[in-house]
Amino acid sequence: MRRNKVVGLGAVVLTLGLSLTACGTTEDGDGGSDAACDLKLAFFGPETGPAAGLGKPIIQGMQLAVDQYNDDADCDVEMVKFDSQGSPDEAPSLATEVAGDESIVGVVGPAFSGEGAAAGPIFAEAGVPTITPSGTNPGLSTNGWDTFHRALGNDATQGPAAAKYIKDTLKAASVFVIDDASEYGAGLAGIVEKDLGGAVKGTDTIQAGQTDFSTTATKVNDAKPDAVFFGGYYAEATILIGQLRDNGYEGKFVVADGVKDPAYLDAKDAAEGTIITCPCIPDTDPAVAEFAADYEAEFSEAPGTYAAEAYDAANVFLDGIESGIDNREDLLAFVNDYDEKGITKQLKFDETGEPADVHVYAYTVKGGAIVPESEIK
Amino acid sequence: MNFEFFFNNLPELTITGLAFGAIYALIALGYTMVYGVLQLINFAHSEVFMYGTFATLWTVIALNAADANGVKLIAILIVALFASMALSALIALALERVAYRRLIERDAPRLIALISAIGASFVLAELMGLRDRIAGWFGLDDDLSEYVGKARINNSMAGTLEKPRFDVGGVSISSIDIIVIVAAVGMMVLLDQFVRRSRLGKGIRATAQDPETASLMGVNPTRTIQVTFLIGGLMAGVAAFLYMLKIDTTKYDVGFLLGVKAFTAAVLGGIGNLRGALLGGLVLGVAENWGQALFGGEWRDVIAFVLLVLILLVRPTGLLGESLGKARA
Repeated sequence: MRRNKVVGLGAVVLTLGLSLTACGTTEDGDGGSDAACDLKLAFFGPETGPAAGLGKPIIQGMQLAVDQYNDDADCDVEMVKFDSQGSPDEAPSLATEVAGDESIVGVVGPAFSGEGAAAGPIFAEAGVPTITPSGTNPGLSTNGWDTFHRALGNDATQGPAAAKYIKDTLKAASVFVIDDASEYGAGLAGIVEKDLGGAVKGTDTIQAGQTDFSTTATKVNDAKPDAVFFGGYYAEATILIGQLRDNGYEGKFVVADGVKDPAYLDAKDAAEGTIITCPCIPDTDPAVAEFAADYEAEFSEAPGTYAAEAYDAANVFLDGIESGIDNREDLLAFVNDYDEKGITKQLKFDETGEPADVHVYAYTVKGGAIVPESEIK
Repeated sequence: MNFEFFFNNLPELTITGLAFGAIYALIALGYTMVYGVLQLINFAHSEVFMYGTFATLWTVIALNAADANGVKLIAILIVALFASMALSALIALALERVAYRRLIERDAPRLIALISAIGASFVLAELMGLRDRIAGWFGLDDDLSEYVGKARINNSMAGTLEKPRFDVGGVSISSIDIIVIVAAVGMMVLLDQFVRRSRLGKGIRATAQDPETASLMGVNPTRTIQVTFLIGGLMAGVAAFLYMLKIDTTKYDVGFLLGVKAFTAAVLGGIGNLRGALLGGLVLGVAENWGQALFGGEWRDVIAFVLLVLILLVRPTGLLGESLGKARA
């Protein structure tokens, strides 16, 4: 009996261990200063954690905007980072922390859809205006959060664009759709599946963190599709494509913006030819040339995915602060009425917070690099 | 439910399931042996495995396996296997020394040791995940960027190995899967014989049955516990090497999910029982694959754990019962 008790106890403690993930929070000293000089803008998203690679360009794009503003301003705006590790579990407590610090007048983020869904109600309640440069789940704008804004097209535009590309450009007659059961991946895969209709020959779901996809690979081989669409992030995509290719799959592999990260190229030969759709503007686009040059001078690397969108999002807030706004309420009204040309698009939000102007681009992996191919129209 | 797909692909699903199940089984050994001797779940064992995967990765990078082939590649892989076993064993021994020994000597409640294990697990995982920053403190992050870069998830091994497949009666089989199954089962048989026949193995079994009487008979309990951790570490190292052959990618928290699964496999087979760990691992691996094939990937874990509960309802001590101490080993 004794032994069984110990095992039972072990299981309980293990479960506890699962839910208690290490939590690094940032203390920001005094809150609630009234002087307009002490304003802060927050980054909310992964700085560390498994998807840190997607957070970095966003942080740097925002940093560049803030630095450029501070160069000319009398009063510096401080940028504070809230590292959610991209996890919906961490997001609510961090969001509460943001809400409690009145000197934070705007948030660039939350970076991912899952954490955005978890943190959104808290920001809405506290009236903190947010602009996400990267969270693309369509559901985020349908919750009636007045504070929510998005600086890029959502999956309801990216999904159909991906489906259109598979149908019209790849001319694939049969497609296998895989998703990672995340807010983002499952949502996107669902839209693609619906849009492709009868062409979908099979579907499967994987779990984030899973590394053995042999059953999924067997399913793909059984269906023999012309193309595989995967809705999810690069961490799984990198392993998945390797195992699909090892298992003899030779068709096209189509993924979305969550995979557009240099780490995906570690899949080496297996990654070649992968099509990546993204509502993010290529850094070679003339519209972002000046930004790209500044970014490269500052961080000695080309702007990554969503760096330009984060730059735009931060600049919306900074324009408001420059006009003399020193509180959340006025800044929120300012963002809601905003209508200026950003570097990525005309920045104007409808009443749900969606951008009025949306573009989706196709990229391919060629010669070990992610290169822009064309805009999907 | 997709029966047609399931039956058409049954052999392939079973073989890939057995291959991953064999890896579960090798990790499960570490849980099961420590439990058999100490009645303690060593939750930091998942990190022992994780360090092994990085040892393989670093060896492959250091010896430049990407440009090697033929005999040289095989030699590099053998070095990688030993590196994994060595590092995993080292971590397991360090764990025993730092996280457990004093607690055991002072007869602390098992719950305390359990918390100590969970703490050690977080520390070990984050040390690995933050190694780029640690190297940065010493100014070494540029020199060592190949080893400390991509600290959280590292795919550098991808594409290093060709994984030829061959057809047996229309069933496509990966050579890696066969290597994994044969190697894992081989190691298990060797270990089983070691525990049954060797002097050290007898000591382990005696301590598992009754530590006090065993020490009266001249078995050194501290030494026995050390050997138990050492063996668990060596097996986790083999598992880590085989895992890297198959998956190529590792991350700082790779041990977490695999550790949960391996622990499950140990309980399924009967915790404390070596053959139970093997059986539990293989059954779990196959059940997961079959479950996913029939119901879809989102049901994979549900099927596996429902199976666990059902088996424990009928056989509360697992498939083969708890019995490291018994002569059957």
